[in-house]
Amino acid sequence: MRSFVALFRKELRSYFGSPLVYLVAAAFLAYTGYYFQTDLLYFVTFGFGVNIMENFWQLLFIDIRLVFILAIPLLTMRLLAEERRLGTLELLLTYPLRDGAIVAAKLGACLVVIALLLGGTLLYPVWVYRIQPFAVMPLIAGYVGLLLFAGTCASYGLFISALTDSQVLAGFLTALPLLLLWLLSWNEAATAGATLPLMRALSLFNHFQPFSVGLIEARDVFYFLFTAGCFVWGTLRVLEARQWRGRH
Amino acid sequence: MISVEHLTKYYGATRAVDDVSFEIARGERAALLGPNGSGKSTLLRMVTGYFSPTGGRVVIGGVDMGGAPLAARRRVGYLPEQVSLYPELTVRRTLAFVAEVRGVRRGTRRGAVDEVIAGCGLTEVADRRVGTLSKGYRQRVGLAQALVGDPDVLVLDEPTVGLDPVQTVEMRGLLCGLTGRTVLLSTHILAEASALCSRIVILDRGRLLAEDTPEGLGRRLEALGRLVVRVEGPAGEVTSALAALPGVLRVEALPPDALPGARFVLLGPSLGPVQRQIGPAVVGRGWTLLEVRAETPTLEDLFVRLVRPSGHDGGR
Repeated sequence: MRSFVALFRKELRSYFGSPLVYLVAAAFLAYTGYYFQTDLLYFVTFGFGVNIMENFWQLLFIDIRLVFILAIPLLTMRLLAEERRLGTLELLLTYPLRDGAIVAAKLGACLVVIALLLGGTLLYPVWVYRIQPFAVMPLIAGYVGLLLFAGTCASYGLFISALTDSQVLAGFLTALPLLLLWLLSWNEAATAGATLPLMRALSLFNHFQPFSVGLIEARDVFYFLFTAGCFVWGTLRVLEARQWRGRH
Repeated sequence: MISVEHLTKYYGATRAVDDVSFEIARGERAALLGPNGSGKSTLLRMVTGYFSPTGGRVVIGGVDMGGAPLAARRRVGYLPEQVSLYPELTVRRTLAFVAEVRGVRRGTRRGAVDEVIAGCGLTEVADRRVGTLSKGYRQRVGLAQALVGDPDVLVLDEPTVGLDPVQTVEMRGLLCGLTGRTVLLSTHILAEASALCSRIVILDRGRLLAEDTPEGLGRRLEALGRLVVRVEGPAGEVTSALAALPGVLRVEALPPDALPGARFVLLGPSLGPVQRQIGPAVVGRGWTLLEVRAETPTLEDLFVRLVRPSGHDGGR
């Protein structure tokens, strides 16, 4: 446990010791702030104050989700690809640490950064609440959904980062499929009818939908946790591959 | 302290280490000697728990590396062949991180770090980032991180490779100072193994070829002679004529140099009588003999000796 904490702290330190995380945070808050303002204007102009959850928060959550798609690859690309490039992975894997503890420390540190980014956006509901109080519980559901969504994307990014020693490639290969899924979710109707139900079942975005309107459904929570678990499992298998590849 | 039992490692169909067994007692310093590609690094990586063996097992101080990897790894400090450290961390921060990962308690951590910093001659660079250090200093930080937390066993993979002569001497000095620790290091330099270690384990193509003290190996080498002969004549015929002399184990042609004639190396258990026969054999065939010189045998020669022993005084 002490070893895990040591690595977890080192990971946090390397996040906050590099300028990247501050740039990502600045961009993240700038984009989400822009969306907050425009979505709020939209709600005030066209929403007639009727249903703040559907006409405002849902829009904002879906927009924050898009900003996450762009931010998360920048946060995960470094995680294992850099250790591979530097060659530090070999020493790390000979310290009294389980492979699982290494993966958990890295993913955990990334989740802390994600939670802090998301925490920055709490300013928006606090501000709105001061002007006009609203039901808080649906909003919490939305934030839980965003965390689950971002965590799943991060575990996918970690898995990709384990596969290569190039950070650029890791970032690119993380962002590309997420953007593709996002595009498909936009234009669902245009995809072939036979594949549509399958795509809906697998899509990160459709499982996020209920959260954005304030519903926490067990199957959606399970979907995100299961998907994230699959990528963590895959990351562990990639680390294990040194046994038969003869290198890391 | 280190017990290697029938250790075998396959990468796919390639056999890197083949049924190697040896024991190293507490406080003993042993060298794993062999040419590049002989399986030294693979074997060391199994001793450190980085690789799991395909067959056999490693036991560190009574703890089975396969059965209780974390407890066993806690007893091993490792310096890999390519020392890779986090360039953005300072030396002190690097060592504090390793101490924490290795389970050194908070109260004693600072002392443990200061001790290895002083012991490895890192005091003046302790607060510099690792990425800005010279190769020699980085190697010392590598050694320091292996020593942090006072592990029972030190595993050092080619600790002096890539260092300049001054750094090499300094590194060997540090290694000589590690009294009371069990050390397993790998090297391809016979002199280094003899100078640093009380026991030498020789690997060749993944197999254990011999296990001896430096003195014992020295005796085997004394019995082995190496002659360099320079002859002007047809290379192929000269080689076979020299190989035909009684007592010659092997003849090798050396690459040509600026001087006239071709050079050949003769290896054999005792080349005194051979030396006398070289003149008549060469001159009698109408070739010109330019040089006959005795040299100190090298590791490669020792390998020839061990792989192809002649008579009953040979190796394994």
